[in-house]
Amino acid sequence: MSERVRLVDTTLRDGSHAMAHQFTERQVRDTVRALDDAGISLIEVTHGDGLGGSTFNYGFSRVDERELIAAAVDEATRATIAVLLLPGLGTVTDLKAAADLGAGAVRIATHCTEADVSIQHFTAARDLGLETVGFLMLAHMSEPEALAKQARIMVDAGCECVYVVDSAGALILEDASDRVAALVAEVGDQAQVGYHGHQNLSFGVANSVLAYRAGARQIDGSLAALGAGAGNSPTEVLAASFERLGIETGVDKDVLMNAAETVVKPYITRLPVMDRSSIVQGFAGVYSSFLLHAERAAQRYGVPAHEILYRVGERRFVGGQEDMIIDIALQLAEENA
Amino acid sequence: MSEARAVAAIVGPGNIGTDLLAKLRRSERIDVRYMVGIDPDSDGLTRAEAQGVRASSGGVDWLLAQDELPDLVFEATSAKAHLASAPRYAEAGIQAIDLTPAAVGPFTCPVVNLPEQLDATNLNMITCGGQATIPIVHAVSSVTPVPYAEIVASVSSRSAGPGTRANIDEFTETTAHGLEQVGGAAKGKAIIIINPMDPPMIMRDTVFCAIDPDADRDAISESIHRTVRTVQTYVPGYTLKADPQFDDPRPDWNGRARVAVFLEVAGNGDYLPTYAGNLDIMTAAAAQVGELLAGRVIENRAVRA
Repeated sequence: MSERVRLVDTTLRDGSHAMAHQFTERQVRDTVRALDDAGISLIEVTHGDGLGGSTFNYGFSRVDERELIAAAVDEATRATIAVLLLPGLGTVTDLKAAADLGAGAVRIATHCTEADVSIQHFTAARDLGLETVGFLMLAHMSEPEALAKQARIMVDAGCECVYVVDSAGALILEDASDRVAALVAEVGDQAQVGYHGHQNLSFGVANSVLAYRAGARQIDGSLAALGAGAGNSPTEVLAASFERLGIETGVDKDVLMNAAETVVKPYITRLPVMDRSSIVQGFAGVYSSFLLHAERAAQRYGVPAHEILYRVGERRFVGGQEDMIIDIALQLAEENA
Repeated sequence: MSEARAVAAIVGPGNIGTDLLAKLRRSERIDVRYMVGIDPDSDGLTRAEAQGVRASSGGVDWLLAQDELPDLVFEATSAKAHLASAPRYAEAGIQAIDLTPAAVGPFTCPVVNLPEQLDATNLNMITCGGQATIPIVHAVSSVTPVPYAEIVASVSSRSAGPGTRANIDEFTETTAHGLEQVGGAAKGKAIIIINPMDPPMIMRDTVFCAIDPDADRDAISESIHRTVRTVQTYVPGYTLKADPQFDDPRPDWNGRARVAVFLEVAGNGDYLPTYAGNLDIMTAAAAQVGELLAGRVIENRAVRA
């Protein structure tokens, strides 16, 4: 029997991007209940950009994320509720508030070369008794060995599972598994390794299987792929695929499929698809959550979204620099004038 | 000549202290007499000595034992070090310009509130993001109420020092308070992004202010342009990348409209590289504060004489 894999669901966090951060308490409760029923043990609920993300730059939440976290905690019977925190945006104060509401885990995310900004937050998370996960975002921008060194910084700071995060959906097959293998070699049994995929080039699930084979033991997904860009690896497809491979997940694929069909799809306002803009994101290595912002700027300034995204890739902007999308749209509008 | 100048010391001979020294040496009102550190092997002390500045690794004890005490001390160490030294400077009658996050004294942004603080014993320079964006928030809030101001500061990875990295919350929280207390926003929010691209990106700052849908957009725009020109007098590389962008109210903005301002902050390249505009704007603002404080010192001396 193969070693078990833990499926982590981020419909209510990464999916927040695709929903333009307009989740209601009802949607959160229904989704958490379904995931909990299916046996998902870790459910992430936060603004798409993490605690404190409700801003002009990333989009304001319709419902305060703290109310949504509290509702999720209330609804879950077995699952732990996780929150996302990006140092530089969210703070230890935000984390304490989430822990007070009953969140049991935090996923602390930095750009793949800047892990040392997370030490303060891992220290606080451990003091709060939270399960700790580290996210190395836009992992395609670092080579495997360099990425492993950053993983080491997080693990030394108290991170229990460090993720290769393909924020741009840019990793293709060995790109993903080589990075996972490098992290596994670096952290050994001091921490687990995880993989978070996007579907921009359609490799989310395939990369997840290869990541597992390279030693990853936590894999992210979203119901109906609801997530930034072309969406995440669909949780229900991950569950079905791992079951076919004889790898135990502890979750019920049929309950997940039902949740995707009857709970999530009815509230999705914009189904994530591999359209021109999101394919460009995967190809050019652009942070997936830039998609809706690029579409908005495209409309406001009359320039094509995919051209904005190509330019973002060339300029090597990182997660959080959504403001530069407007800057680029203004430049393109001037060039085209 | 020296009688006509205020005597200054720089405490902390690192990159910031060294860049500040280069700027202050151009001043006609400030005589940087001392550079103080605690590490005998400090390159910064060696560099200062080579420029004729009395340099010592004897720390604040050495400085306060000098026959001629400085009128002004620029603190470029750490919050912890400044918290310990600040009462000693005050007792010795030395005015302190604090470039650390200690926030012992009032927040000071030269174009906004310096004139009111010339007599403070301790002036705090807030943060790099604060120095870059508070002038803009103030430019808007002096025309129309700003219920909410948000800034995004993007800095190059190489210019983000260990102090910032170890306590990044201090940056976001202090800057947010500065947007409120000095910028005049009812509520402030600050975000910092560290970008590792090579060659390093020049510091960028974006300022978003919520404004009334009927606010006078021309007056706001004019106020912003005027403020940028004023900041340019001490940070020549402080520029608008585009005209202020106005967006009409949206439902998720609580019925408010928005003005967005896109700034680039290139450093002067004195000691720090030009891309490190985030560090340069701190030393440039501190030098500007020093210039006005020195003017006051010289004036007071003339009155006594």
